[in-house]
Amino acid sequence: MSFYFVQFVTGLSSACSLFLVASGLSIIFGVTRVVNFAHGAFYMLGAYIGYTLTDRLSGVVGFWGAIALGALAVAAIGTLIEMLLLRRIYDAPELFQLLATFGVTLVVEDLVLLIWGPSELLGPRAPGFTGAIDLFGQPFPTYDLLLIALAPLVLAFLWLLFRRTTWGVLVRAATQDREMVAALGVNQKWLFTSVFALGVFLAGLGGALELPREAANHTMDLQVITEALVVVVIGGLGSVPGTFLAAIIVSELNAFGILVFPKISIVLVFLVMAIVLIVRPWGLLGRAEAAARAASGMVLSRWRPLRAEGRLFAVLALAVAALLPLVAGSYLVGVATEVLIFMLYAASLHFLLAGGGLASFGHAAYFGLGSYGAAIALKACGLGMETAIVAGTVLGLVGALVFGWFCVRLSGVYFAMLTLAFAQIAWSIAYQWTDVTGGDNGIIGVWPSAWAASPARFYWLTLALSAGGIALLRAITFSPFGYALRALRDSTLRAETIGIERRRVQWMGFVIAGAFAALAGALYAFLKGSVFPDNISISLSIDGLVMVLLGGVGTVSGGIVGAAIYRSLSIWVISHTDYSKLVLGALIVLLVVLFPKGLVGAFEAWRSVRTLAGLHRQNP
Amino acid sequence: MSVSKLSVAQLDAAYGQAQVLFDVSLEIGAGEAVALLGRNGAGKSTTFRAILGLIARPTGRIVFDGEDISKCPPHEIVRRGLGYVPEDRRIFSDLTVEENLLVGRQPPRPNAPTWTPERLFAIFPNLRELRGRAGARMSGGEQQMLTIARTLMGNPSLLLLDEPSEGLAPRIVEQMIEAIREMKREGLSLLLSEQNLPFARLVAERVYVIEKGAIRFVGTVAEFDAQPDVRHAYLAF
Ligand SMILES: Nc1ncnc2c1ncn2[C@@H]1O[C@H](COP(=O)(O)OP(=O)(O)O)[C@@H](O)[C@H]1O
Ligand SMILES: [Mg+2]
Repeated sequence: MSFYFVQFVTGLSSACSLFLVASGLSIIFGVTRVVNFAHGAFYMLGAYIGYTLTDRLSGVVGFWGAIALGALAVAAIGTLIEMLLLRRIYDAPELFQLLATFGVTLVVEDLVLLIWGPSELLGPRAPGFTGAIDLFGQPFPTYDLLLIALAPLVLAFLWLLFRRTTWGVLVRAATQDREMVAALGVNQKWLFTSVFALGVFLAGLGGALELPREAANHTMDLQVITEALVVVVIGGLGSVPGTFLAAIIVSELNAFGILVFPKISIVLVFLVMAIVLIVRPWGLLGRAEAAARAASGMVLSRWRPLRAEGRLFAVLALAVAALLPLVAGSYLVGVATEVLIFMLYAASLHFLLAGGGLASFGHAAYFGLGSYGAAIALKACGLGMETAIVAGTVLGLVGALVFGWFCVRLSGVYFAMLTLAFAQIAWSIAYQWTDVTGGDNGIIGVWPSAWAASPARFYWLTLALSAGGIALLRAITFSPFGYALRALRDSTLRAETIGIERRRVQWMGFVIAGAFAALAGALYAFLKGSVFPDNISISLSIDGLVMVLLGGVGTVSGGIVGAAIYRSLSIWVISHTDYSKLVLGALIVLLVVLFPKGLVGAFEAWRSVRTLAGLHRQNP
Repeated sequence: MSVSKLSVAQLDAAYGQAQVLFDVSLEIGAGEAVALLGRNGAGKSTTFRAILGLIARPTGRIVFDGEDISKCPPHEIVRRGLGYVPEDRRIFSDLTVEENLLVGRQPPRPNAPTWTPERLFAIFPNLRELRGRAGARMSGGEQQMLTIARTLMGNPSLLLLDEPSEGLAPRIVEQMIEAIREMKREGLSLLLSEQNLPFARLVAERVYVIEKGAIRFVGTVAEFDAQPDVRHAYLAF
């Protein structure tokens, strides 16, 4: 009994930092409508900067002074990013904001690596809180007790801030109606900046306060952002008390989940989140948003199937591609195979995002399920490559069936966050369930059957399956089903009044996209000969989005162009620098700020301007 | 007409591709009360929103107190003393009456009456008893009073009032007329949009008639009354 009690109290103490991070995320979203993905990175910075400051300045300002300074330093960095980056994209679709803040995360990860090196850094103990007390016969760290007391204090502080200060009243008003606040003479710019600064300060403080409990490390950003997203989904975006409640729930589930499912404790959190979403889609204490607006917020031109010359071009391109192994060496053929796989992956996401208006931030889940399904079928079940590829695709399809059922209940930014959370859950399962997935060591020896073993033959197999998959996705796009999906994207209300069942159609779209991503994942497993949790990583999900955006969301299948460019580029960058995240992150940020329409979209816009200019020249 | 307070010239405005305002020009003198009359959908609210910069105004010159404000963002315009009361009230329903007033607060201005919650409670007595109540739990008439009081907290010298009498019970309309007269006595200039002709007559000295986004008539109330065909052609009453 006492053991369970101690477990419970331990859960409470972990809730503190989680609450700090999640409440910051929630407050920022409430006012600016930006889901700040970089919040995990700010948390990590809090820990690392806190480490340095407690190390250097403890003698001058004391341990607590150093922690507070660390959080302030992180807030200053966040403020700078808000002013330089976010201010430019507040009016952009939420997809772009999530992407930009993800880019910031990548940059921060590599900068942390550059500045503090790769090893974990164990911080100092808090003076006066180094010991343990006896709790029902079990030793319990006094520092953890301090954190337990701190969380409600922070909650009370935030409550007073929002209820008792003019600034807080303005923030609450802006959370409800930003435009009206501006129409009453309030400068939104500074309101947004100050809210962002506060949110980031909370994240930095959360990170710094964790120092005496666990070492600062490189995975803490993604770990905490996933948990924080789950917390705000459960608690209700924009509700600080909801965040508090949910932080406790999630931390307790983590604490007890270890006892129930030692290998896959995250499943418990996932189950609770699923139940909450079914019963209260806007979270425990959140409030329903006004009418669900289109997820992507894009204006698109009409789509048409390829005409004769387009088809001819596609066939020619295929023929040229098929000839590649005759002239290129095996390294290049390998690279080309990888590019083809990612073209299929990007096409599947493009189908969902551009065709369905559903911005999935966790598409790698299905890619990864495809990889693991194929690898497990081959290694554990002893099936052949052909069956294993089918098995992987089916596993991805089933995964999309299950996850998609929940996801299509939400829209917009909630949809994006839920897909992301599911992908992280799939990743955690792959990472934690070592008996089946090999955990961090992955599954190796996933080689193709003899007939497809040479690079050229595997290339041809991939070419056939990818091209076939892309063609099928296009065919579905222009089928009655595809029209229904697009009708929902363009005007959910109108589509529903003509009898299109939103959830069912979007669910099917989700499953189709998932299945093709899984096929790509299965091929990838055989290309690399191995499968790792990286196949489900957030980075892979985001890579997919970058490819689609690079190609242009407004196009029918610009994603495949984006995939070809981006994948080749990233293979090149990774082979030329150790700091590829820094380069790619900066690239993503630049892309979002400079080319919100994507390269293909920008090209089309440029062409139409040229055409117009030409017309003007002819008849001035 | 006395010295110009607000002068709008050749203003166009559009929602996306659809142009809604065509070459709208308005003049309001200091201390004057002007009514903008028009049917539903004629473009009254759009005119107000365009003046305030809440929608893009690709063309047109908007001069307020002698300065061009056509490139200014909304909050700067408001801070120069141009108050705006939206048609749909847009009360912050989570906030109490006092907190709603707090959001509207701006520093006092030399050329405009200065308002405090106490003074506002004097002309909107209903609000005094409701000061601690959340905006969500108020009647339509009470919300209308609150939205006007909230804008007055910014101490404007010119007030844009979008259909202040819309959907109000007759008793509340009377209070509203009294309140508007009080504002005029304080020296506030007024531009109000209306479909309620008797209401407009009681408070305004001059009239603009707008129809399909273009101004069709300008004149004093007496001139307007002398031309019943204008009324029949452009107004539904
Ligand atoms: N948000 C909007 N988007 C598109 N069209 C609008 C919007 N608001 C108003 N309109 C259109 O603009 C025209 C003028 O509307 P409005 O200015 O609200 O008229 P009024 O206030 O005189 O009733 C109408 O045809 C209306 O349909
Ligand atoms: Mg109107």
